[in-house]
Amino acid sequence: MVVGLLVVGGLVVASLFVGQYDIFGAEDGAQMFAITRIPRTIALVLAGAAMAMCGLVMQMITQNRFVEPTTTGTTEWAGLGLLLVMIVAPGSPLVVKMIVAVITAFIGTSIFFAFLQRITLRSSVIVPIVGIMLGAVVGAVSTFIALQTDMLQSLGIWFAGSFTGIIQGKYEPLLVVIVVVVAVFVAADRFTAAGLGEEFSTNIGLDYRAVVLLGTGLIAIATGIVTVVVGNLPFLGLIVPNIVSMFRGDDLRSNLPWVALTGIALVTVCDLLGRTIIAPFEVPVSLILAVVGAVVFIALIVRRS
Amino acid sequence: MITLSSVLRRYTSEVAIGPVNLEIQQGGITALVGPNGAGKSTLLTMIGRLMGMDAGSITVAGLDVSKTPSKELAKTISILRQENHFVTRLTVRQLVGFGRFPHSGGRLTVEDERIISQAIDFLHLGELESRYLDELSGGQRQRAYVAMVLAQDTDYVLLDEPLNNLDMQHSVQMMQHLKRAATELGKTIVIVLHDINFAGHYADHICALKHGEVVALGTPEEIMVPETLSAIFNTPIDVIDGPRGLLACYF
Amino acid sequence: MSAITRQETSGPHQDRRHDPVASRGGLFAETDAHRRSGALPSRRAALRYWIVLAVLAVLAAASVLGTLAYDNPMEFGSRGFWLIAQMRAESIIVIVVVAFCQAIATIAFQTITNNRILTPSVMGFESLYRLVQTSAVYVLGAAGITFLTGVGQFLLQIALMVGFAALLYGWLLARRGGNLQITLLVGIVLGGGLGAAATFMQRLLTPSEFDILTARLIGSIANADTDYLGWAIGLAGVTGILLWAQAGRLNVMALGRDTAINLGMAHRRQMIVVLLLVSALMAVSTALVGPLTFLGFLVAMLAYQLGDTYDHRLLFPLAWLIGVVVLAGSYFILKHVFYAEGSVGIIIEVVGGTFFLVYILRKGRL
Repeated sequence: MVVGLLVVGGLVVASLFVGQYDIFGAEDGAQMFAITRIPRTIALVLAGAAMAMCGLVMQMITQNRFVEPTTTGTTEWAGLGLLLVMIVAPGSPLVVKMIVAVITAFIGTSIFFAFLQRITLRSSVIVPIVGIMLGAVVGAVSTFIALQTDMLQSLGIWFAGSFTGIIQGKYEPLLVVIVVVVAVFVAADRFTAAGLGEEFSTNIGLDYRAVVLLGTGLIAIATGIVTVVVGNLPFLGLIVPNIVSMFRGDDLRSNLPWVALTGIALVTVCDLLGRTIIAPFEVPVSLILAVVGAVVFIALIVRRS
Repeated sequence: MITLSSVLRRYTSEVAIGPVNLEIQQGGITALVGPNGAGKSTLLTMIGRLMGMDAGSITVAGLDVSKTPSKELAKTISILRQENHFVTRLTVRQLVGFGRFPHSGGRLTVEDERIISQAIDFLHLGELESRYLDELSGGQRQRAYVAMVLAQDTDYVLLDEPLNNLDMQHSVQMMQHLKRAATELGKTIVIVLHDINFAGHYADHICALKHGEVVALGTPEEIMVPETLSAIFNTPIDVIDGPRGLLACYF
Repeated sequence: MSAITRQETSGPHQDRRHDPVASRGGLFAETDAHRRSGALPSRRAALRYWIVLAVLAVLAAASVLGTLAYDNPMEFGSRGFWLIAQMRAESIIVIVVVAFCQAIATIAFQTITNNRILTPSVMGFESLYRLVQTSAVYVLGAAGITFLTGVGQFLLQIALMVGFAALLYGWLLARRGGNLQITLLVGIVLGGGLGAAATFMQRLLTPSEFDILTARLIGSIANADTDYLGWAIGLAGVTGILLWAQAGRLNVMALGRDTAINLGMAHRRQMIVVLLLVSALMAVSTALVGPLTFLGFLVAMLAYQLGDTYDHRLLFPLAWLIGVVVLAGSYFILKHVFYAEGSVGIIIEVVGGTFFLVYILRKGRL
């Protein structure tokens, strides 16, 4: 754990000092540091931890290791909400956009959970496939609306997760996800119990609906906010918990801090990569995540089978 | 005859089935019994080539199941698993008709239709033959699956716990049907059974498995012995001579 | 060997004449002539099927003729009329080809996956198509699209998509313990990676380049170039015939792995063969008009409902007709009622997607 903390700390410091602008040489270096680097790094830490833990919570509730916000349509729903605000009230402040995105993400996640409850499954792998198709439905609706209103490219840009535009004044909403992270730590055992089914949780005196509602709410808040502020971070919630349990076994509860740390580390590494490989330009972190995620994920399931 | 030689399937370094050496005689019903996790179903599915093995070989009527083309085997052995649900909606007769696929390749001849009718009648499904499977009760559906396997007209029939989910009446009827199939149609039936008393009453041979190995093989009279049964099932078992034959008592 | 088996097994059947049970079988045997195991279980079912098929054929013909003739400014029968009709006929041919590809590919795919909510578009083709198109525009600018239109390029795109599928499925499915669902998941994730790369490049396009690209990335009949229509028809036709030849085996594959193997199917090989044929059909459709995710789902679902049969020989034509009616019908309505023929693809996606949602929320088992 100490080693883990040190490594993540090192990455965070690296993130603070890597960039085009010479913060030591230039006169206003310290100021730039405060305006761009610190917010960006805080955003990395928060978004990484939140999305990784969201994935874990979803996996706890559904008892399915392939589930996370991008494989259940949650991100697409948040995107749809964002699009609606951009059309109906283009000038509305970030907070409004966030709230709407959180609400739609909540609706989407609830639909997915409702769907999971109603069906009996023969295979765990089918769940994410259905979730992705659900996402595709919402995506088609978004595309249609965006097409009619000429918003397609801006939607695409907004949606591709990137920390480039995170500066002072833009990242503060992300601080809300600290609440989510803390809440997940507190409620982790309940999510595990809820994952064992409605009957099981009722039997041990847990209000199943309340727990699932809480979980859905937390996931929606984190996904909605991260989507609006940063964009889509594909597969983060999927690979991080899976990697952690590969090394540490399946005790989800004790994996939690590790999931948060690994999430931070992964996002930071991807962002650092994105900042450096074609410097002075940046590759959005979502692209690197998608590529890294795809490779890791495929290695994971191929090994497991 | 079904011959298994040094059949082995590994799961983890500790858990493995086999090595199993076993000869199942032609004709009659052979019951595979044993505690949970003994490897009964695994062995059956390996004989039915639904699952591969890590070492060893299995031959059915001289055909090596891992080398003979599946199409050839389908005319010699048929296997029915516990769980069957289809995405397609089928009537009983359509399902049973699929049993003729290995012979007809999908285009049914008059002879095929005759065999299908016979298989349906054999399991007393005549009245239900144009009903859809999803309209039937569990017992009726199970009979329809068995009818399909009989229509396949193979010498060897493998059944994985066909009594699962059947109540007492339907279990007894099913065993009577199978017994008739063995005696009247000359089939060799290998069946995984949970209840030792069903095996003792209806089977001609009993093969007991434990921890992935064969621990006893013989006629019901040879196996239905207190010491043997107690050792197989890890439970004190008495055998009494009941009004209709030997009965294992484990209460 | 099989002859011996048959003799052995036919013996006991004859012996049965002498015992009471068998004589009951004998009684039934007299009525055997009426007992048939056709794909349509009763006369009513058969009647229903053929009526549905006929109605669909009429509807399809009506929407085709409507598209050709409706609102044609020239007098019927005049030279100008036929010229305009001929231009429209090309759209109709595209519709017929795309409906064919999507309908047959989806049904075959759902059969071998034993799952009626998947569509072959989950295999990652669309992302590949998206990436190819985007890279062309990215590298060559607006000229990239023209660069991609041509018979050679059309065939190359198809080859690329089929090659992608062959590599993926050949590798993952042929392995020991190769599992179809895991393979599909890998396809989806790979698709996600490719899609992200495409999205990244799209960010760097100028708005006008992006507009040109968008037109290609959303399924639209207008995307099809008549130059290579002949190739598309040929490829789809050959693949369709090959799949048609598999219809009997597909019926068995629909019963699931265990039953299919029990009935003598080389299950894994059969699965790979069908997947390759399906990917060829999907590649033709995608290269022709662009990605369509839910058209296949919509068409297949309607075909199962209306056809109510397991037999692929009966399902395929039904699904094809439904596809033509849906595509041509919505093309006609959107063109003449809403004056928005460009949005056919996306409208079908939204409608099909909605059906998908309703369907999975209603259905109990996966």
